[in-house]
Amino acid sequence: MISASVQARISLSRTKQFALWLLAFAIITVIWVGGELWPWAVKAPKELSWRIESLGSCTSVRYCVTGFMKWLVGDESYVFPWTFKEFTRTIAAGIEIPYQFIKSLLAAGFTIPLGKGESWQTPPLSWLGITIVMTWIAYRLKDWTLALMVFLCISYITIFGHWESATITLSSIAVAVPIGVAFGISVGILGYRYPSFERAITPILDLMQTVPIFAYLVPVLFLFGFGPVSAITATVVYATPPMVRITMLALQTVPTDIKEFGKMVGCTKRQMTWRVLIPSAKPGLMVGVNQVIMLSLNMVIIASMIGAGGLGFDVLASLRRQAIGEGLEAGIAITLIAIVVDRLTQAWAAQAPELHSESNSVLSGRTKFLLIVFTVLAITTTVGFALPIFAQWPEVWEFTTGQFWNDLVKWININFFDQLEAIKIFILLNILKPLKLFLLELPWPGALILLGLAGYQLGGPKLALLVVSLASFILITGQWTKAMITVYLCGISVVFASIIGMTIGIVASGSTRLKKAVLIFIDTLQTLPSFVYLLPVVMLFRVGDFSAMVAVVLYALPPAVRYTIYGIEQISASLIEAAKTSGCTRIQTLTKVQIRLAWPEIMLGINQTVMFALSMLVITALVGTRDLGQEVYIALTKADTGRGLVAGLSVAFIAIITDRLISAAARRRKQALGMG
Amino acid sequence: MSESEAILNCQNVWKLFGKDAERFLRDESNIDDASLSSAGLIGAVRDASIEVVEGEIFVIMGLSGSGKSTLLRCLSRLIEPTSGVIEFEGENLLEQSENQMIQIRRHKMGMVFQHFALMPHLTVLGNVAFPLEIQGVDKKHREERAREVIELVGLEGRESYYPRELSGGQQQRVGIARSLSVEPKIWFLDEPFSALDPLIRREMQDEFLRIQSVLNKTIVFITHDFNEAIRLADRIAIMKSGLIIQIGTPEELVLHPADDYVEEFTNDLARSKVFSARAVMREKSSDIVSGGSVLQSVKIDDLAGDLIDSELPFDVVDSEGEVLGVITREDVINVLVNKTT
Ligand SMILES: Nc1ncnc2c1ncn2[C@@H]1O[C@H](COP(=O)(O)OP(=O)(O)O)[C@@H](O)[C@H]1O
Ligand SMILES: [Mg+2]
Repeated sequence: MISASVQARISLSRTKQFALWLLAFAIITVIWVGGELWPWAVKAPKELSWRIESLGSCTSVRYCVTGFMKWLVGDESYVFPWTFKEFTRTIAAGIEIPYQFIKSLLAAGFTIPLGKGESWQTPPLSWLGITIVMTWIAYRLKDWTLALMVFLCISYITIFGHWESATITLSSIAVAVPIGVAFGISVGILGYRYPSFERAITPILDLMQTVPIFAYLVPVLFLFGFGPVSAITATVVYATPPMVRITMLALQTVPTDIKEFGKMVGCTKRQMTWRVLIPSAKPGLMVGVNQVIMLSLNMVIIASMIGAGGLGFDVLASLRRQAIGEGLEAGIAITLIAIVVDRLTQAWAAQAPELHSESNSVLSGRTKFLLIVFTVLAITTTVGFALPIFAQWPEVWEFTTGQFWNDLVKWININFFDQLEAIKIFILLNILKPLKLFLLELPWPGALILLGLAGYQLGGPKLALLVVSLASFILITGQWTKAMITVYLCGISVVFASIIGMTIGIVASGSTRLKKAVLIFIDTLQTLPSFVYLLPVVMLFRVGDFSAMVAVVLYALPPAVRYTIYGIEQISASLIEAAKTSGCTRIQTLTKVQIRLAWPEIMLGINQTVMFALSMLVITALVGTRDLGQEVYIALTKADTGRGLVAGLSVAFIAIITDRLISAAARRRKQALGMG
Repeated sequence: MSESEAILNCQNVWKLFGKDAERFLRDESNIDDASLSSAGLIGAVRDASIEVVEGEIFVIMGLSGSGKSTLLRCLSRLIEPTSGVIEFEGENLLEQSENQMIQIRRHKMGMVFQHFALMPHLTVLGNVAFPLEIQGVDKKHREERAREVIELVGLEGRESYYPRELSGGQQQRVGIARSLSVEPKIWFLDEPFSALDPLIRREMQDEFLRIQSVLNKTIVFITHDFNEAIRLADRIAIMKSGLIIQIGTPEELVLHPADDYVEEFTNDLARSKVFSARAVMREKSSDIVSGGSVLQSVKIDDLAGDLIDSELPFDVVDSEGEVLGVITREDVINVLVNKTT
């Protein structure tokens, strides 16, 4: 009886829901058909602007931001005891000085003035010395396998002639990481101490992690000008948020016992933080440090757009010259550095627990270690004065596969041009164009209604309100059309990536060996800098929407694969056995049981895919899309802060809208399956 | 126990977890389980009053969740009581400023934790010296003192070990040494042996009694194990859902349990280990001839052998030799077979 009435209620609300959607579609159709009667509703509105005399040039969101930034760097902004300009100059000096020092040490050598306009140029640290030291450190931290890996990675960089670029890149990383870590820990401590501060920064951190990186290159560039300082600042801004989060979490999860112990021995607040909490939270904090390093390396190429030299610049330059081989090589060098640094820091964090030492030697282990490192570097570098081969890997021994790749692409383009072109045109005409047209024709009030309705159904009125107001921001800042192109490119790429990713995931789940292989493969794929995906794609398909889509699909594939595998893995073996004993065929087990139960997990994977796709989409602006990404990119080249920020925020808002909607849907699905 | 003897005096202490606890306590006239839960509050400690006397081992016993830890933390103000008075050495702790509290905790309180709460990155020596380091004692003196206490707890030779290289029992010895390094006036132990397995627990209890016989500290000791309480306590407070049900010596609890709840605990207890001669003795009438004498504090378990062998009852005497009563074979047998007197 009861279940019958519940059934009735559910089906009633189903009908009601259905009716709502029907109504929404009816309204949209009416708006669209009667287009001529209300042109304002069909055509996306221009940016909302106002004219208020007292506000001066602040006549729209975009101009207000730009105006504010101009005021900020002007001479009247006494925000601090000094003007803002003095403030930024101090920061710049604080970054510039250590950067120049490390760069001289690793890459350029020091120039020592001898007076009378003469100077003496020292060589940088010897490549040989650094290779030996790094290999030895890897051995000390873990084992010969790691040592060998480190040695091979460094050798690749040397032999392929990327040593100098790599050291320049490392110099900026070496400055960015400590700043990011220190800043992240400090903010994290504040957040831990003052819960209200934590509540205030959490949404800011959320936003920082969804705004495309390009968007804050613009204000940074505006404040610090083109050069390594800007690049390092942007890197810090990008890499710090996870450190803040991890610090807060690590401090919160220090056992209560330890915190009480700290109080009981009468620690002051400062002692509590530095003597009790931070040491106890060290393992967690190390994860954060690793994150900062990895994210900084992620930024290498993008940072080179605002003045970081090194490997990032090499990739970017190759991309502009369409030199696939060189770009690929430099990109791989970045990846190898990331892998080496990642493995080394992980090995350091996971070092065998400290044990008591019985030895009573005069030199402690650490002093000995530093002494050896210093000696090796000093000897190899000094010998470099006499034997240049110690100072620099001879150019004649350098090796490149650039020509091979260029030839390969040329060969493919000559022999398979028609086939490639046919595929491209087919997909363009039959899938991309119609969808683009549909989204561009969709009247904006209709889109808002649909979004609101979806939000309401999945998460109630609050979600509906959030979704609609975020979308309205895009509307009133006049970016509707560009946003729709972003949505279209992102949507279509996500669909492709999800289909391909899920297929791979499902197939791989069939065998443990295959699964492992696939996981390793996508792990590697994910460490490749996103720009590297663009290179072959542009070479094969030239610039345009299609190339952008292919690059985005490639980049966004890993999460779809990973979550599918994970979701299927999670299903208990007994359920599958039950399905088998009840006579399901393999296909039936897969479709009726596995995919269905793994669905919430897969949805989260798709959510991640969307996030990846959006971040890649901004980068594909380089290959000529006409979406928000392009808007950000143009703003960057013109150092137009307002334009960049508004477009960047719009991308972030699209990301947030999708994220909230999909997460809500996944949650509901999980509950329906009784798993939440 | 007269007022003046009590070093720690806690009067009508309440701790309610939840929103608007203070207002609730002020405005509500009858506070019971029902009114608390309808206000969404947890009555972790309800109207607790205890007095801890210099040099005694005061045990707080109760099942898990009965509010023992909360009460203990109120005593050191790690948790701010919702209301009540806590006097330590004659001063109200609740009126001390934050800095004064830091000083009091640094110099007068020591605490041992259930899960040891050792600092993983410090050696045994570093851990034990840590409280002194926080006070700013110089390295030479703090390490000297740390070595003393490490020796006291029997860990000499392990000074340079890290906590993770030690067994649970050894780790708690470090915890004990650390809490003693500052020579606290009052020593708090929150279920110090509960995380250890039974054999080690037993060993640690003996060790604890040995240390106490040397140091003679004032101790508040928490346990959920009634046997442990009986073994160690001079006096026991029994807690149940935030309330202190009864305070008394082990014998008082067994002889006159305040309610069924307390009696329940005492039921499967070997009474001969709890009862002293004094608790079982009867009045000596002039016609009784005694065959020997025992000290009033001797436990039945320990005097049973002699008394049962003897034909005659024994006199029970105090430390001055004054005869207080007499104890018969029958009395002892009654205790041994767990018959209530
Ligand atoms: N910080 C807190 N917030 C809310 N409730 C708490 C808190 N600490 C303890 N409690 C509750 O107070 C009661 C007593 O806890 P506790 O003193 O830890 O008991 P015990 O130490 O006897 O096991 C329990 O019901 C516990 O859930
Ligand atoms: Mg407890």
